[in-house]
Order: sequence, then structure tokens, then C-alpha cells
Amino acid sequence: MKYDARPCPVVKKFQLTDTIYDFRILNKDFAAAAKPGQFVHILVPGKTLRRPISICDVNGAELRLVFEVRGEGTDILSQIEVGGELDIIAPLGHGFTIYPEKRTVFIGGGIGVPPMLYAAKHCKNSVTITGFRDKSAVILEDDFKKISEHILMTDNGSAGSKGFVTEALKEVIGNAEYVCACGSTAMLRGVAEMAKQVGVPCEISLEERMACGVGACLGCAVLVNREDGTQGYKHVCKNGPVFKAEEVVF
Amino acid sequence: MADLSVKIAGVEFKNPIIAASGTIGFGHEYSEFYPLSELGGISCKGITLKERHGNPPPRIAETPSGMLNAVGLQNPGVEHFIEDDLPWLSEQNTVVIANIAGSTKEDYCEMAERLSDTEIDMIELNISCPNVKEGGVQFGTSCESVASITSAVRKYCKKPLIVKLSPNVADIASIAKAAESEGADALSLINTLTGMRIDINTRKPIIRNITGGLSGPAVFPVAVRMVWQVKNAVSIPVIGMGGITTWKDAAEMLIAGADALQVGTALFTDPYSPLKIKQGLNDYLDSHNFKSVTELTNTVVTS
Ligand SMILES: Cc1cc2nc3c(=O)[nH]c(=O)nc-3n(C[C@H](O)[C@H](O)[C@H](O)COP(=O)(O)OP(=O)(O)OC[C@H]3O[C@@H](n4cnc5c(N)ncnc54)[C@H](O)[C@@H]3O)c2cc1C
Ligand SMILES: Cc1cc2nc3c(=O)[nH]c(=O)nc-3n(C[C@H](O)[C@H](O)[C@H](O)COP(=O)(O)O)c2cc1C
Ligand code: FES
Repeated sequence: MKYDARPCPVVKKFQLTDTIYDFRILNKDFAAAAKPGQFVHILVPGKTLRRPISICDVNGAELRLVFEVRGEGTDILSQIEVGGELDIIAPLGHGFTIYPEKRTVFIGGGIGVPPMLYAAKHCKNSVTITGFRDKSAVILEDDFKKISEHILMTDNGSAGSKGFVTEALKEVIGNAEYVCACGSTAMLRGVAEMAKQVGVPCEISLEERMACGVGACLGCAVLVNREDGTQGYKHVCKNGPVFKAEEVVF
Repeated sequence: MADLSVKIAGVEFKNPIIAASGTIGFGHEYSEFYPLSELGGISCKGITLKERHGNPPPRIAETPSGMLNAVGLQNPGVEHFIEDDLPWLSEQNTVVIANIAGSTKEDYCEMAERLSDTEIDMIELNISCPNVKEGGVQFGTSCESVASITSAVRKYCKKPLIVKLSPNVADIASIAKAAESEGADALSLINTLTGMRIDINTRKPIIRNITGGLSGPAVFPVAVRMVWQVKNAVSIPVIGMGGITTWKDAAEMLIAGADALQVGTALFTDPYSPLKIKQGLNDYLDSHNFKSVTELTNTVVTS
């Protein structure tokens, strides 16, 4: 059996900003199977649909999930305390292709930053670029500094350098062999265009509203260019969340 | 251990829990949670004569106690289904139901004829999909159109024929009778109720198709009422669905008049829900001294 849903104990919990939480949950099978860019599908007590959250990091039997409170579901989850449980289906989806030896640039924008941590950890020679609105929204800075050459950007310059992640990417893409990104559609489009211009392969992680999370309901559709030249839908939960940039129709 | 088996239109189900169309695809994904043989049957994703790409995203929205979907019958087409999915499905030791949808009467007839030559156990006529522009629910909302599509398909369909009813109608009992009189072997209900949600910040509908089909616990009382009305109007078997999430819901739907059940949206909340429902139902039957699940069907006490 490839899939399983299990209650996993919350063993640590931190609040990173006003709205962003960092949960460490325990399940050795899920942790052992998790690959960079994959996600977990979390049951929200009292809600019909689970919430997809990226795997931010794995340490031994611990999965790390970093999420922002956006609406009712993430608000309910944020109130679960250490000693409580998160019922998750994991690990799900198709993650980033990792080339440990290649000079890779990992780019995250806002709440698209968490999955880049576990991905960048797998690469010996990586540059990480993270971008946030302002200083109050910055997360995971120390984690990225430990494992990579790190560039922090904020829109207003209140932390790191001022500007968008694409401005930082411009400086380093000349030496890059591969680019991975997760963030807003506008950011992903900018990153994908830049990578295409210089001919560097690029993978991006997408979001879409989900029901099943495993590819059965066809809910989480995203329009892609097919190999035969036509366009059609693929599914974020099963074919993604990570896609080759040139495949995605923005 | 109560006898959970049921017989619908001559087809044996080892238990009354069937996965609902559109929520389990063609079974591959959920078979990675548990063997499909645990289920009484599976109703496959709605198929059409030719491949359909479905609606643009977003296709899903959450609602209080439920969800809206507007997938728009994305499917690979009937031939692809027969060649690529059916051979595997028919070896899973569960009843396989083909759910078919079309934009014309001819489409439905051609598919029914084609599927009659295959391993399929039953055909479910989907004349109740609210998410496609042509066909779908337009065949299912008046007695005349239900009668005419049922009688047309009946001529080509050599398999037991289930007609799946839409709840978006004024008088479900008359519609049920129309399907029965033109040769339906069984009825299934309810499909989704048309609904809508709007993002108050952007004032845009959350679903790109604007409207979608409501399913999940929110529709359960409507489904119980309609199953009860239909059971009182016809003498063919009734497959009840709409919001069944727990074994208690399952028992209630059986009491209302269902001979078998379909479970859809509950799979998304908990992929193991059909197995939990099966176990809970068995315990309920034992503790209430029912020897067989069939004894519970249509036992509502109204006086
Ligand atoms: C593969 C994937 C990975 C993700 N990883 C993270 C992460 O690591 N950290 C993080 O903070 N967020 C992440 N998200 C976004 C997160 O899933 C949403 O913010 C969350 O579902 C919002 O739920 P809510 O109940 O708080 O919001 P509501 O708006 O009340 O949710 C209503 C419904 O819409 C869905 N929904 C709303 N926004 C989104 C969205 N952006 N993407 C998908 N579904 C949405 C919800 O799941 C729910 O079904 C990820 C999304 C996807 C698809
Ligand atoms: C995502 C989704 C897709 C569906 N697709 C179909 C379909 O293709 N054909 C069909 O007859 N019903 C379809 N349905 C309706 C279900 O089979 C069922 O009638 C309805 O959801 C009510 O049951 P539930 O509340 O248990 O989900 C779909 C429902 C959902 C949620
Ligand atoms: S959420 Fe069901 S197919 Fe992706």
C-alpha cells in the first residue's frame, strides 16, 4: 500500500511570525518516505476537506510543517498544541528533481519558502533566495544560512536587500545549472521566464484547491502543454505539485 | 456478524457500501489505501463517448459541512476506459459500475451498447451532472426527458441499468416513476445540488464555472428525504447517497429506504470511511438483532 492516513503526535510547536506556525510531528514511516517538494494532506477537525501543506524539513522521524493562517482551516490547525495530533496523509505528490552536484538556485516567495528548505538541503552547491513583504514576514533565515549561500530580499528593504527575488536571481543565474521555485504565480512566471532566457532548466511548485489529494477526484487541475503540442489538464496533487516550468501554461 | 450482502437488479454485492462516481476515479489511487475488494462496489468516474478535458480551475470550494465541485466530467473517453482501466478493475473482486454521461441521446445509447459487450457489472445513467453545458442534468429534470432517455438507452443496454437522479427537481417521486416505467432496473440518488460561493474580497465566484455541485454532510437530510419519497413511489431497488459520512448516516439512509449506499465526499475527509462505515453498520445490526442488512431497509416508523 502506497498511501496511508495516520494521526501523528505534535512534538514541538513554534510561532515564527504573527501568522506563521512551525509544527514538528512524529511519524517515522512518513519521514523516511518524504521527498523534497512533496506535501501532506491534513485533516481539520470539523471540516470536510483536508488542507495541503508542504514538507518543510525532515529530521529523523520528525516532519516539519510551516504554515500561515489564511482562513478557518489553518486557524483551527494553528490552535492544536504539543501533545495533540495532526491526522495526515503523507507523503503525497511528485516533488523536485534533485541534482546533488549541480549548482542549483532555490527560490521561495512568502509562504512558498518552506518547501525550499528540505530541497536545498539535498544539494551540495546551492544558492537560496527568499523573498518577503517586509521584515515582519521573514521566516527560516537561519535555517537557510546554515545549509546554503543565502540571499534574503524584502519588498521594502526592511530586512536583507530591497527588491523582488527575481532581482537577486538576475545576479546569480549566470553560474546556475538548475533552478527550483515556489511562490506566487507572478513570481513563478518571472522566474520561469528568466530561466528560459538563459537556457537553464527550471522546476516550479504550484498550488490548487484540493479534495482527495491523491489524484482520484480530478479537482486540482492545472493547464499544461502536452508533449503532442496540445494543451490539457494535469493534477497538482498527483502529477505535481512540482512541474517543469515549460510545461505550465501561465 | 450480520449478513451484509445485498442483491441489486440481480447483481450480488458483498456489502452495501459502494464508492460514489467521481470521487474514486477508476479505483487505482484508493487501492493504494486498501484493496477495493473491501467495498461492495465502485461506481467509476462519469465517462463520455470521447475524451473530455473538463472545466478550468478552480474546480473545488469548501462549504459549511460540505463542498462544491465543478470538475466537468474530465475523463479519457469510453474506449480508453475499456482498454486501460476496465481490465484491471474487473480483477479487483468488487462490483464495477460504469457511470455514463452524454450530450445527446445517441451518445448515451452508443456507450450503453459498447459497454454491454464488456466485463462491466452494471451501468449507471448519469442524467444529473450539473457541471456541463450540454446534456447531463438537462435529461434528468423533467418526467418526459427522463422517460425518453431511459427507454432509448434500455434498447441498447444489456446490463442492469441504474438511473441516477438529480435532486434539482420539484417532484423527485414522479421522476423516479418515469424512469421505472421505461425500464430502469434500479435508481440511485442523489447527485449534487447546484450551489455557488463567492470570495467577498474579490467578489469573484470561487469556482471558475461559477456554480458547482454541493455534496457532503450538508446535503444528507435532503438525500434522506428524497430516498424515502422515491422508495415509497417505486418497487425497484434504490441506492441512496448524499453526505453519508458515518455508520449512523448509513443506518439512517437504509432505514429511509435505501437497498444499497454510495459514499463519495466522505472519502476526501477520511479515505478509510467506507471501511469504518461497514464495521459500524455491522455492529449496529448485531446489537439490534438484525440478521441481515436487508432487514433494515425501508423500516422508517412514521406513526
Ligand atoms: C501542494 C500545496 C502545498 C502548500 N504548502 C503550504 C505551506 O507549506 N505553507 C502554507 O502556509 N500554505 C501552503 N499551501 C497553501 C495552503 O494549503 C492554504 O493556505 C490552506 O489550504 C488554506 O486553508 P484555510 O482553511 O486556512 O483557508 P480557506 O480560504 O478558508 O480555505 C477554503 C478552502 O480553500 C482551499 N484553499 C485556500 N487557499 C488555498 C491555496 N492557496 N492552495 C490550495 N488550497 C487553498 C482550502 O484548502 C480549503 O479547501 C499549500 C498548498 C498546496 C496546494
Ligand atoms: C468531485 C466530485 C465528482 C463527481 N463526479 C460525478 C460523476 O462523474 N458522475 C456522477 O454521477 N456523479 C458525480 N458526483 C456526485 C457523487 O457521485 C454523489 O452523487 C454526490 O457527491 C453525493 O454524495 P456524497 O455527498 O457522498 O459525495 C461527483 C461528486 C464529487 C464530489
Ligand atoms: S485533489 Fe483530487 S485529484 Fe487532486
